[in-house]
Amino acid sequence: MKFILNIWRQKGPAEKGRFVTYEAQDVSPDMSFLEMLDVVNQQLTLKGEEPVAFEYDCREGICGSCSLVINGMPHGPERGITACQLYMRRFSDGATITIEPWRARAFPIIKDLVVDRGALDRVMQAGGYISVHTGGAVDGNVLLIGKDRAEIAMDAASCIGCGACVAACKNASAMLFVAAKVSHLASLPQGEPERSRRAKAMVAAMDREGFGTCGNQYECEAVCPKSISVRFIAMLNREFLKATVAEPGPQAERPSDPHAESH
Amino acid sequence: MIVLDSKVPPGPLETKWDHHRFSEKLVSPNNKRRIDIIVVGSGLAGASAASTLGQLGYQVECFCFQDSPRRAHSIAAQGGINAAKNYQDDGDSVARLFYDTIKGGDFRSREANVYRLAQVSTQIVDQCVALGVPFAREYGGQLANRSFGGVQVSRTFYCRGQTGQQLLLGAYSALSWQIDRGQVTMHPRTEMLDLIVIDGHARGIVVRDLVSGAIRSHVAQAVVLATGGYSNIYFLSTNASGSNVTATYRAWKQGAAFANPCFTQIHPTAIPPSEEYQAKLTLMSESLRNDGRLWVPKQPGDVRSPDQIPQRERDYFLERRYPRFGNLVPRDVASRAVKQICDDGRGVGPGGHGVYLDLSDAIAQQGLEVVRERYGNLFDMYERITGEDAYKMPMRIYPAPHYTMGGLWVDYNLMSTIPGLFVVGEANFADHGANRLGASSLMQGLADGYFILPYTIGHYLATTKNEPVPHDHAEVRAATARVTDRIERLLAGKGRRTAGSFHRALGHIMWNACGMTRHRAGLKHALQTIPPLRYEFWRDVAVPGSGGTFNQELEYAGRVADYLEFAELLCHDALHREESCGAHFREEHQTPDGEPLRDDDRFAHVAAWEYVPNDQPRVHKEPLVFEFVKPATRNYQ
Repeated sequence: MKFILNIWRQKGPAEKGRFVTYEAQDVSPDMSFLEMLDVVNQQLTLKGEEPVAFEYDCREGICGSCSLVINGMPHGPERGITACQLYMRRFSDGATITIEPWRARAFPIIKDLVVDRGALDRVMQAGGYISVHTGGAVDGNVLLIGKDRAEIAMDAASCIGCGACVAACKNASAMLFVAAKVSHLASLPQGEPERSRRAKAMVAAMDREGFGTCGNQYECEAVCPKSISVRFIAMLNREFLKATVAEPGPQAERPSDPHAESH
Repeated sequence: MIVLDSKVPPGPLETKWDHHRFSEKLVSPNNKRRIDIIVVGSGLAGASAASTLGQLGYQVECFCFQDSPRRAHSIAAQGGINAAKNYQDDGDSVARLFYDTIKGGDFRSREANVYRLAQVSTQIVDQCVALGVPFAREYGGQLANRSFGGVQVSRTFYCRGQTGQQLLLGAYSALSWQIDRGQVTMHPRTEMLDLIVIDGHARGIVVRDLVSGAIRSHVAQAVVLATGGYSNIYFLSTNASGSNVTATYRAWKQGAAFANPCFTQIHPTAIPPSEEYQAKLTLMSESLRNDGRLWVPKQPGDVRSPDQIPQRERDYFLERRYPRFGNLVPRDVASRAVKQICDDGRGVGPGGHGVYLDLSDAIAQQGLEVVRERYGNLFDMYERITGEDAYKMPMRIYPAPHYTMGGLWVDYNLMSTIPGLFVVGEANFADHGANRLGASSLMQGLADGYFILPYTIGHYLATTKNEPVPHDHAEVRAATARVTDRIERLLAGKGRRTAGSFHRALGHIMWNACGMTRHRAGLKHALQTIPPLRYEFWRDVAVPGSGGTFNQELEYAGRVADYLEFAELLCHDALHREESCGAHFREEHQTPDGEPLRDDDRFAHVAAWEYVPNDQPRVHKEPLVFEFVKPATRNYQ
């Protein structure tokens, strides 16, 4: 197979980017999309040109490194997968394929197709956890959790943090990402004590990082490689509303640290 | 000169860890905040260690080469995590998990370490539940279990087929909390390239900022390596592209002993390689062997479609060779049997690299819906990768490098032969012996990080007086110079061949000589072919761009360069071990019907290798003394 590739090239965060056209020759239909890019890059390397920078690691759809917009769709035309799980047999021979990075204000471009997704880590650091110490946990069966509830938590928890939801949203909103974490922990009794604080802190961090607001277009769900449902956004809205109504007053970013004296 | 003192505490097996914890010195809370600890790696072992150390009050600097700590390769583990909870009341206990693990490892691990692992296994599950890990539950709300890898009890806890992901996200969330509290400073996209040793103690690391290309040094009171395994030495493996040996290999060159490097696990059920540019092998969960039957046509070169081959013309080779365990023999046994069939020219699919894994009997007996519910995601994954519908045609599978039991030598306290250098998770050698059982790697990574290292490192810190290290210390400058020189040399290659092509060539050598089976002549030959390949690499490698920018080809070339050296160590170790044990099968040492022959008289030891500049590595032996179990022959026939 043979393809014409229009790839976004950008030397660094402050440089101006542009599309450059490459030809991919002798592509096997059994190659993955990333393996096709590997071949293009090997040829560029041997010519002494800089290969196209793109992010990858596990190549089996779970690490969340992939971040390619392929023909306008984050992770490409197939539903429920990441770009590394996309195979060339999905494209017709001779096709032109456009490849771009995630585009969002909160994801500055580092180089070519690689963006900085540190904002997602910072949103997690604001409250995407249960603050329990290592050691002294009660037996795992002390709190019974019905199968249905556990399954809902697992549905939400399967987010891989790739950021495709942000890239697909015209407001570059991270609502589905935040909703997945808030819903996962709010579905479990262990997450109960901090659920109000968590919802408020994560939403505040999301705003602070420059992600947009939700426009209810559901593009996020359509491109999510784990098919995480927008129902969780409704759950986040409910959590946030409950948190702000139940505890009026200033939105505390963080409560005073109970361990402050040991710092 | 390396001295191997395992520091295993005296006394009965059951109370060693308790007594040891009491006899260890503690660091007072006020002193902890003045102590910096470096943790390299953010997978299960690294993230759990960094978060727990931060919670204890130490100042932690944590490093990972990925863009986020949540992407470490622990995330890809599918099956589950073992714990001796005995929730099923089916006869499990700490003693049984201990025995299964030490037997599964073919009696090549330390009793005291393995017993401690089994002991803390129960705490791990409780801790993960407290962190919000959504383990599978029964309708009544209790934790669910599945059985795994041929053991006789049900002790594996799981989150669908994404257990590694959920456990890692639990540890990542604990880490995120400590980052928010200011106890841990996270350095993503930062790769460790060398170790700083001062007055015999590990005192820091040299790193490259993968975005700016800047080389920096970080100093601390202790260094923890949690940098995973080296299966990528075979080029094609189930590991992530970035998984590498660099951190542990660099530490070896600074004086840390490397133990049992030849113990590498080849997993039996991966999707076979299909085309030349393939970059990785994808694992199909071992659980498929619960219902699937492995077979090949009896007639070599039979090109009929599998559904056209009648039962009597099929060879169900595992059931034939191992009637008692059938398709459920341990990983090493199944992998070798598949390789043998393919080597005899009886494999199926492209290049004859494959055997059928057939679930049609299970579909006929249990119904399509039952099979779809149990394995649907695996069938989907198979179809996505191969374009074939496994509900209609049997899957094809072939073994793939998956996990490395070998690693840096550590004592009972998880400290290497360099004082102050601790090693946790897959990066150390400790608990799996010559073969790891399914669902044990997640257990070991979290045991080390949450429950063992945070105790044992305290004793080192409380009993060692380390002076502050200025950033212009001679050893810091020397380590930094080593790193910058190497980068300059990588960039100076003539540009004729890509790093990937060298990696592929090395993988080919290692897979043939030091893969599923090994023999003296093959290993000797590999030791002759690796140095010329390495010479060509340094002369011809193509690394475009500069060191002062984001440069993925430079990162990769550096990792390949280390594999090209480390490969020799692996072959030396395989040559030294003149026995067949666990995943290490020496063709010279087998029974007439092809079963492995272990040699406890000569090889009941850990082979720990010392780096000797400009000479062959030197082996040191830690004898394995079995006080509590009697090494038995593993027999699955």
